[in-house]
Amino acid sequence: MTTHYLVLSALLFAIGGIGVLTRRNAIVVFMCVELMLNACNLAFVTFARQHGNIEGQVIAFFVMIVAAAEVVVGLAIIVTIFRTRRSASVDDASLLKH
Amino acid sequence: MEPAEILSNPGGVIGVGWLMIALPLLGAAVLLLGGRRTNKFGHYFGVLMVLASFVVAVLAFVQILGFAPGERRRGVSLYEFIPGVADMGLLIDPLSISFALLITGVGALIHIYSIGYMSHDLDRRRFFGYLNLFVAAMLLLVLADNYVALFVGWEGVGLASYLLIGFWQFKPTAATAAKKAFVVNRVGDFGLLIAIFIIFTSFGSVAFGEVFAKAGGASEGTLTAIGLLLLLGACGKSAQLPLQSWLLDAMEGPTPVSALIHAATMVTAGVYLVVRSGAAFFPGDGTASLVVTIVGVATLLAGAIIGTAKDDIKKALAGSTMSQIGYMMLAAGLGPVGYAFAIAHLITHGFFKANLFLGAGSVMHGMNDQVDMRKYGGLRTFMPITFYTFVIGYLAIIGFPLLSGYFTKDGIIETAMEHNAILGWLAVVGAGITGFYMSRVVFMTFFGERRWDEGVKPHESPAVMTWPLILLAIGSAGLGAFLIMGNRFMIFLGPAVGRPDELPAFHAFAPVGLATLALVAVGAGYAWLKYGRQQVPVLAPRGSFLTTFARRDLYGDALNEALFMRPGQWLTRLAVWFDNRGVDGLVNGLAATIGGSSGRLRRIQTGYVRSYALSIFVGAAILAGAWFVVGTL
Repeated sequence: MTTHYLVLSALLFAIGGIGVLTRRNAIVVFMCVELMLNACNLAFVTFARQHGNIEGQVIAFFVMIVAAAEVVVGLAIIVTIFRTRRSASVDDASLLKH
Repeated sequence: MEPAEILSNPGGVIGVGWLMIALPLLGAAVLLLGGRRTNKFGHYFGVLMVLASFVVAVLAFVQILGFAPGERRRGVSLYEFIPGVADMGLLIDPLSISFALLITGVGALIHIYSIGYMSHDLDRRRFFGYLNLFVAAMLLLVLADNYVALFVGWEGVGLASYLLIGFWQFKPTAATAAKKAFVVNRVGDFGLLIAIFIIFTSFGSVAFGEVFAKAGGASEGTLTAIGLLLLLGACGKSAQLPLQSWLLDAMEGPTPVSALIHAATMVTAGVYLVVRSGAAFFPGDGTASLVVTIVGVATLLAGAIIGTAKDDIKKALAGSTMSQIGYMMLAAGLGPVGYAFAIAHLITHGFFKANLFLGAGSVMHGMNDQVDMRKYGGLRTFMPITFYTFVIGYLAIIGFPLLSGYFTKDGIIETAMEHNAILGWLAVVGAGITGFYMSRVVFMTFFGERRWDEGVKPHESPAVMTWPLILLAIGSAGLGAFLIMGNRFMIFLGPAVGRPDELPAFHAFAPVGLATLALVAVGAGYAWLKYGRQQVPVLAPRGSFLTTFARRDLYGDALNEALFMRPGQWLTRLAVWFDNRGVDGLVNGLAATIGGSSGRLRRIQTGYVRSYALSIFVGAAILAGAWFVVGTL
């Protein structure tokens, strides 16, 4: 039973990872990061249920809190970049090179 | 007879003998540090200091004469100079007091003459300050009782000569000549320094008394090495071959400087060094003494040959100085018999050469500073005092019977002849050439028709310049007879430097003396044929190969250039190349390598977030893979 949850978790993580690596739109990349985080949450909860203890579920809450904070900061950055450059592409924000 | 022992300080004037050095030094300090405030009285103050020093020297001389001959060497210690190495002290003996009298006496006359000669120069005060410094340094050189203190004076003389030769430093030639004199002298100083080092390590002392007492116990090789190195030092200061090249260029200085360098100070220092060290290192036989005589003879011929071709009156006289110092060196290399003749010739030469140089200065003074003898001619009626005093100096230097040069130079030639016939005959030939070139100077300057530039109005110099000439002429005429007759000077000098037990007999007209006189007469006669009877062309004729050879100073400068200057330049270029390419290349190459590789390395920073993310993924994948392969951590 738990195997199905774990497979789903791995699939979601992989989809998120591929999205982060391939998509240019910053919002989409952001959503993919969220997807990866939630895939992890699913794995934590699954293992918590399997082992019958509470730590995995607690960690899942921590991850959600961090993810929420990250969204606040990340979206603020993306919005600011969009205001100045009229673009949400991550490839355009490449000034910090060389 | 061996040199006498050095006795303790007898007090009196000798006890305050340091005043001889201190007074001119005070003069130099006041004139050079006092600035413009001393402009008004500076030249009188400078003269006064040298005259006062002369008075002290005379009183010390009188005091020395009061002692028995064996008690005439007196050491006066002053203070601890370099602990364990040398104490500052004076050695007042017949040799040093003879020098002190010459330096301060002739020096004072040159000072007085300079008041007139430099009267139009804006920097007269500075000039007198340097002259005083020169005299003080030279007195320290001759009065010091050890080699280190002597070296201090030696360097002081080098410094003062540099300052005075380059006195008109706005003339590039004068500045170059000063630098040349300084650099050539450094070569000699190097020899003297090494000699002092060897003396100290061999004998554990640099004081004259102790060194000479211990010299007998040293090995032959050590003594020869010290002797040759001392000779190198003497060659530098006394302008002997192969370090003669600075002397002719030194004529760029004002004429009184030339007189001071050539007569009373500087060039006599080398002869002093050889004679002072003679008892220990130049005993008259052995390699060092032989080399001294060879250097002396070579220089006396070279100087005489150079003198024959120069049209610049001062350079002709400079060649003659080289030649006369060569005679002194020759005598100094002959051992105790020669020392007295060397110093006697040095003293009479001091008088007649100062006389000739100041006479030349007086001629230049009346001829708008013209030095080319081809533009003189017929001056004898216009400047009679200069003419008569110059002629006395001229007769003295060529060895006209009964004048100074006759006695002292003849003594050297006779002694050399007894020692080695070849040296003797070469010295006779040198005397003949002296007769030619000095007659040439006199005929071209004072006789013949006038070849002056337009607008030149020759006139006799003021009394302040002619009186020193007259006094020097009296010395040039009579001093030789006074010193040599009855071996007076040899007996006086004996306690200081040693003398042969059997005094040489003086023959008024010995065969060698007659031969010398005959050659001098031939030389003078040839000069009369060429420059007295014939018209002297205003432009120098091209002349033969030999004339060019002599005009170019026997290619001495060309030789120095080819042997030392050019290779030196190559060496510096090589060093610069090595520095630029080798040392700098290594450092710059390292920096360029690091800079270049970091430039390539930073290309990794593309600025694309996705590529960073990929590298994070890859890294995480590698770590996870490693975990699987290695197993649990």
